This record gives sequence, C-alpha cells and structure tokens, in this order.
Amino acid sequence: MALFDMRLQEVHNKLVGKELTVADLVDASFNRIGQTDEAVRAFLTLNEEGARASAVELDKQLAAGGERGLLFGLPAGLKDNMVTEGLLTTCASQFLRNYDPIYDGTAVKKLKAAQSVLIGKLNMDEFAMGGSNENSSYYPTRNPWNTDYVPGGSSGGSAAAVAAGQVYFSLGSDTGGSIRQPAAYCGVVGLKPTYGLVSRFGLVAFASSLDQIGPITKNVEDSAYVLQAIAGYDHMDSTSANVEIPDYTSALTGDVKGLRIGVPKEYIGQGVDPKVKEAVLAALKVYESLGATWEEVSLPHTEYAVAAYYILASSEASSNLARFDGVRYGVRADNPDNLIDMYRKSRSQGFGAEVKRRIMLGTYALSSGYYDAYYLKAQKVRTLIKQDFDQVFEKFDLIIGPTAPTPAFRIGEQVGDPLTMYLNDIVTIPVSLAGVPAISVPCGFADGLPIGLQIIGKAFDERTVLRAAHAYEQYTDHHQQRPQL
Amino acid sequence: MSITLKDVEHVAKLARLELTEQEKEQFTGQLNAILKYAEKLNQLDTEGIEPTSHVLPVTNVMREDENRESVSNETALKNAPDEEDGQFKVPAVLE
Repeated sequence: MALFDMRLQEVHNKLVGKELTVADLVDASFNRIGQTDEAVRAFLTLNEEGARASAVELDKQLAAGGERGLLFGLPAGLKDNMVTEGLLTTCASQFLRNYDPIYDGTAVKKLKAAQSVLIGKLNMDEFAMGGSNENSSYYPTRNPWNTDYVPGGSSGGSAAAVAAGQVYFSLGSDTGGSIRQPAAYCGVVGLKPTYGLVSRFGLVAFASSLDQIGPITKNVEDSAYVLQAIAGYDHMDSTSANVEIPDYTSALTGDVKGLRIGVPKEYIGQGVDPKVKEAVLAALKVYESLGATWEEVSLPHTEYAVAAYYILASSEASSNLARFDGVRYGVRADNPDNLIDMYRKSRSQGFGAEVKRRIMLGTYALSSGYYDAYYLKAQKVRTLIKQDFDQVFEKFDLIIGPTAPTPAFRIGEQVGDPLTMYLNDIVTIPVSLAGVPAISVPCGFADGLPIGLQIIGKAFDERTVLRAAHAYEQYTDHHQQRPQL
Repeated sequence: MSITLKDVEHVAKLARLELTEQEKEQFTGQLNAILKYAEKLNQLDTEGIEPTSHVLPVTNVMREDENRESVSNETALKNAPDEEDGQFKVPAVLE
C-alpha cells in the first residue's frame, strides 16, 4: 500500500514504532512529485530544503519521545494564495511572481503547530478566480484521472496533488465552490467549513464575505483531523467566528440512523448529467439502507445564485484587488509617466484576463448609478437564498446533492465562454452565499472521471456533515480508487 | 441596460486598468452577456428584504488598544519594488 494511502493513525503508529521516519514520508512525497508532476503540474513552488530540514527536526523529536502534534510528520501542500514566510506566494499571478511574504497566515501557523511538513505551494486559478485552473498564469494543472481534462478550480492544484498521491493532504480555499468542485473532479474529499470557522488571516482576499479555507484529503477521517488542526477563533481576522471548537473525529460513529436528508429538486434537475444524478441517487440508497431518510425539497432561489454571486464576488474582488498597486509588493511596471500611470501599467501587465474581467464587472456594479441595481439587489437576493437553506434546515439535518452538474471537462473546452464556465458552480455557489458547511466525497465515476457527492449542513454543524460523509464512505469504495499515472 | 465601449473605457479608468483595443472589445461583449444574465435578478421582488453583506452576526469587532510588537522597517520594505531612506518610493505624484 502506498504510504499516503495509510490512515493517519496508522502513519502515527508506524512512526512511533520506528517502522517509518518523517524523512521517509518527505522522500515519498518528493519522489512522487518527481514521477508525476510533469504530467499533473500541481505545484508552483517546492519547499524541498525546508521540508527536509523539518523532517530532520521532527525525527529528532520522535527519537526523544514526548508529545506529538496532531498532524505530525504528514506532508502537506498549500494553495498558493496562503502566505508563507520566506516561501514564494504568487496566487498563480504574474503580479506576485516575486512575492516573498514576511509572515505566515494563521492556517499555515496552525499546520506548523500541528507539526505537518510543508512540501510546497499549489497551482490555482489566478487569485482563485476560475473553476478549471486554466486561469493560472503559469500553466494549467491537469486532472490525474485523465490529463486531457481539467482538475477543476480554483483549488485545482490542491485537489490534483492529493489525488496523485504527491502529498498526504492539502489546503484549498473556497469562495463559490473552489474546494468542493475540484475535489469532486479529482475524486478526493474536500470540505468547505462554515464561513468564519477557519481564519482568513494570511489568505489573499478574493471575496471577503465568502472566502473560507478548508482541507482536501483522501478520506473523511483525515478531513476531520485537518479541520481540527486549523479551525478556531483568531483575533487577526475580524470575521472569525468566536465559537467553541468541538471534537470532530469523535463524530465519526458510522451511525446515521434517523438522520433526515433533504434533496433539492433544483440540484438534480435540468442541466445535471444523468450519470451524476444516478450516482447521487445510488448514494441516497446507501443512506436509506443505513437508516437515514430522505425526501425531495426545494431551494427555490437556486437559479438566481450564480447571478447574485458573480455580482457580489466580483464587487468584493474589485475592492480587494485595489491593493495591488505596485507600491509595497509585487511587480512594478517599468518607465511609468507618473504615479497613476504606474498603478495602471503595473496592474494591466500583472493581471490576467479573468482577473481583469472580474475587476471590471465589480467596478461597474459598484459604480455610481449602478450600485442599487446590481450590488444591493444581489445582496437582497443573497438573503433570499440564505432563507431557502434556513427553511429546509428547520425540518432536515442535511441537504444532499451533487457537487457539480457534470464530471470534469476537457482542457480548453470552455475557455472564451465565461458564463458557461460560471454555471459549473451552480450547486456550490448557493451554499457559499448561505455560509454553511459542505463536503464533497467521491460517489462514483462517469467514463473514468470521478463524481462528487455534496453533503451540506447547518452553520457550525461540521460534525453532522462529517458523520454522514464518513458513514457513506464505510459502505463504498469510490474513495479508494486511484488514478493510473 | 447594455454596456458600450465607452462605458468599458470609463470603468477601466476607475479600476486603474489600461486595456488594449482588443481587450476593450472583448470585455464589452462579455460584460454585456454577464450583465444580461444578471438581469434575471430583477424577476425577484425584493421589496422589504434586508441585504446580506455578511452571514455572521458580527459587527465592529473591537480589541484592547495596547502596544504590540510590529514588523521592523527593514522587513516591511522587503518586497518593495523601490525604496529610499526606509520608505516606499513611488514616481512623482505631481508633474
């Protein structure tokens, strides 16, 4: 069995039993990257020297005995929009191609405190804007299941690296589906926690009212462990939720008897690939057999979510990305005429097409005369979408549907048609607007490409989401399938 | 509402972007398509609905005003494209 297919507890036991060292794990990671990353292109920057130095330290600590961190010795990859002190953080943008952060983001600090080993920084759509990784300004990441296909996005590198066995786990960030959709396309487990559960400090902001960091792993148990390590209040993030963090792994009982599941008819209706629908219905049969019940429900404002999202997220992005002015960091254009010209040239040379498009859309939506018609209207529709979820959750414990309407598409297939691309997020976006947690777990294949099941919970009820995902996983083997690379 | 090339030029100016002629044309078409799609929001009656700017019930998070360690001048300037005498240096603001 490959090292990274072992359960976390098993790895721990082998480390303690001296059958394995952290150096072995780190070697395995870099060897696998060496073998596969020419095809997958998940990584933007490797932290080889740093990772090997940490391995030496951790192995010393292991020999000395004593307390070990929750994620001790586990090779981890980070989406390249999480700032890492002394390690390049580019957001897959040319604007930040030389950005060498002076601090670690909170999630990064927490991973270090849990003693995982940072292997490198993972490819993404530029500034997390996109759903295919084709918007990386460096190179597109490819789907490990079929390298002619996209891995999804924007955390495409994070999902592909885990699927390809290059790292034990990774972190991604999700604004409208950017953890869940690539996890679905790559056949791995991706969790978007409740908005505010994981600190955004040190996550380069895209849309601040939606951005949320979460784990991408091979199984649900690992997802619970990683979430445990990164969740928690942070005074450095004013939108951090000050809530008590429960124990997540103890929720994984395998028991879903009596759970009430709502299945939105809008999520399995028009536009959903029949094979995806079939896989979701088969998963619901598994839940039935385990003693849960499900019935069809309605989230009536689903069809408005994509429109509201693109107005809101682009508006927030246009404001957040104003900081990239070529003054304090990033790449400054040569020979500007004056200060304003320097801003203009640096931004125009540094940003790719999708980033410019969203800045333009957001700037327009916020501009004088259009604010009420677009931005305020979209915020009101967001309220209606959130109310849809509130109403269903009065009667149901969970909402289940697909993570994406189709499996992964071919590289290049949807380039040049932003609207079609945006509609891939039609069942992840409403969840983001409502701010509630959701996980994507593998639930089958269509023509050799993975399908994701999306399990959505009440705000801060990650325990029930993880419990249901874990129970399903115990009775299926989709998550144990590995791509041939 | 439909966006003209002139609108695109105006918005680009606001956003501090310099677009090529080709980009201007492309964005005019694409933004029109996206905004046309966004007009479906107008099918909904949102009279009396409060806007949601944020899902958590938190506002104005305060902390004690106390001295804390901050980054050194040298560290703060580490990524500066240009600097002089411990400060960020920019081109002339006024001609």
